[in-house]
Amino acid sequence: MSNRWFNTSLPVLRGYNILRELVVRDIKVRYRRSFLGLFWTLLSPLLTMMVMTLVFSALFKMTIPHFPVYFLAGSILFSFNTEATTSAMMSIFTNGSLIKKVSIPKYLFPMARVLSALINLGFACLALLIVMIIIGVPFRATLFIVPVPIVYLVLFTTGISLALAALTVFFRDINHLYSVLVMLWMYMTPLFYPVSIIPDGFSWIYKLNPMYYYIEYFRSLVLEGVIPGVTHNVICLLSGVLSLLVGMLIFRRLQDRFILHM
Amino acid sequence: MTDRIVEIDDVSMLFNLSREKVDNLKEYVIRIMNGKHTTEQFWALRHVSLQIHKGESLGLVGLNGSGKSTLLKMIAGVLKPTKGRIEVRGSVAPLIELGAGFDLELTARENVFLNGAILGYSRTEMRESFDEIIAFSELYDFVDVPVKNFSSGMVARLGFSIATISRPDILIADEILGVGDMRFQKKCESRIKEIVDAGATVILVSHSIDSIKKLCSTAAWLHKGEMMQHGRADTVCQAYVQRMGS
Repeated sequence: MSNRWFNTSLPVLRGYNILRELVVRDIKVRYRRSFLGLFWTLLSPLLTMMVMTLVFSALFKMTIPHFPVYFLAGSILFSFNTEATTSAMMSIFTNGSLIKKVSIPKYLFPMARVLSALINLGFACLALLIVMIIIGVPFRATLFIVPVPIVYLVLFTTGISLALAALTVFFRDINHLYSVLVMLWMYMTPLFYPVSIIPDGFSWIYKLNPMYYYIEYFRSLVLEGVIPGVTHNVICLLSGVLSLLVGMLIFRRLQDRFILHM
Repeated sequence: MTDRIVEIDDVSMLFNLSREKVDNLKEYVIRIMNGKHTTEQFWALRHVSLQIHKGESLGLVGLNGSGKSTLLKMIAGVLKPTKGRIEVRGSVAPLIELGAGFDLELTARENVFLNGAILGYSRTEMRESFDEIIAFSELYDFVDVPVKNFSSGMVARLGFSIATISRPDILIADEILGVGDMRFQKKCESRIKEIVDAGATVILVSHSIDSIKKLCSTAAWLHKGEMMQHGRADTVCQAYVQRMGS
């Protein structure tokens, strides 16, 4: 082959190629054999939103203005984090046969999972726009800033994904533990209830939860047309960067020993 | 020739074999509390040194568990030695157990691109070689069939065709000649011969002494992690057969 130097001299390019193929694979495998295919990425957040709206607005008489949008904005970000971290967690493990044979940058596997979850988030944002039109929430200029909280969140999610992917190789029961933790985490995040119902003594529950800040940021842009202040940005950025650094550290520490445990 | 493409210098590899594999937290905690987190140690390779020159075709022989695959994994850069130094100059295409990079849910076509990327090729490059790969593997009718419906021989054929489309500096082949039917084995052998003749370095593991004699100029014999003999292929093979046959 004429371009053999690609092999050795440009590892970055090789990494990019592998990453792209892995993401394409994730998406193809997920929707293979499903009748509606990619359309599900749009449909499933909409259906969840309908169920939640029915349960909480009709039954519990929750009084949040534009509840469907309030809920959907929070839930698509939370689902992104859950989907990315849960699938990244098993990514090293399920690609074990490959890691054992080919010298390949191992962080690509969790990264690919985060990226395919990010693509799903893109579709979910489209679903959000549709709901905004139906409910009659005005489109504000702050919608253009929506990528900012998403970038913060991606940093945060990537960190957790790397850490989980590495640790699960050594302790497989993290897998079961994490699904319970995620459920707890979901109820502790104000997704379908307003922050105001939490008594003052328990405000630490959401104040220590990074997901709360990303979701608040996002909702504020979508619903109120307000850009959060400097403090809010600093909190989001710091928790994202911190998570990423810790995740990278754990992953780097453990990656040479993956092969001995698969 | 002073052109050494692989240098293995006094390499040893230690594995910790847990008596029972610990992979969940409960067992781990119990073991730590009992102070019984003992592991058994196993040297898969001991003080192995080996130089491979550019253009050389080396056969590795030895019984199961003699450390052949461990050595290949180190050359492929997957495993780091516990002691010693290993240096590889050039690109390595591993053919260790064919089809390692396949996703069973994807079709042959999709797997070509996935596997190509893993071996270091872009989509454009793979598109150029696509027809050649399908032609060599003779899987024309199965291009858009998911690989999970393939027979093991078909998977191996596809894997071999993809890995050898690249002309790597070093081709590592672990027990690949045993796959496929007779006709395909012949095809594989002649392809490896082509690669050797084109000046690439080939490292071949096989239990078939005949193929080693046919394809390799030199051979190395590993026994229980130690290097028994290294030299001309026919001499080493003869010594190996004599010793193991009796």
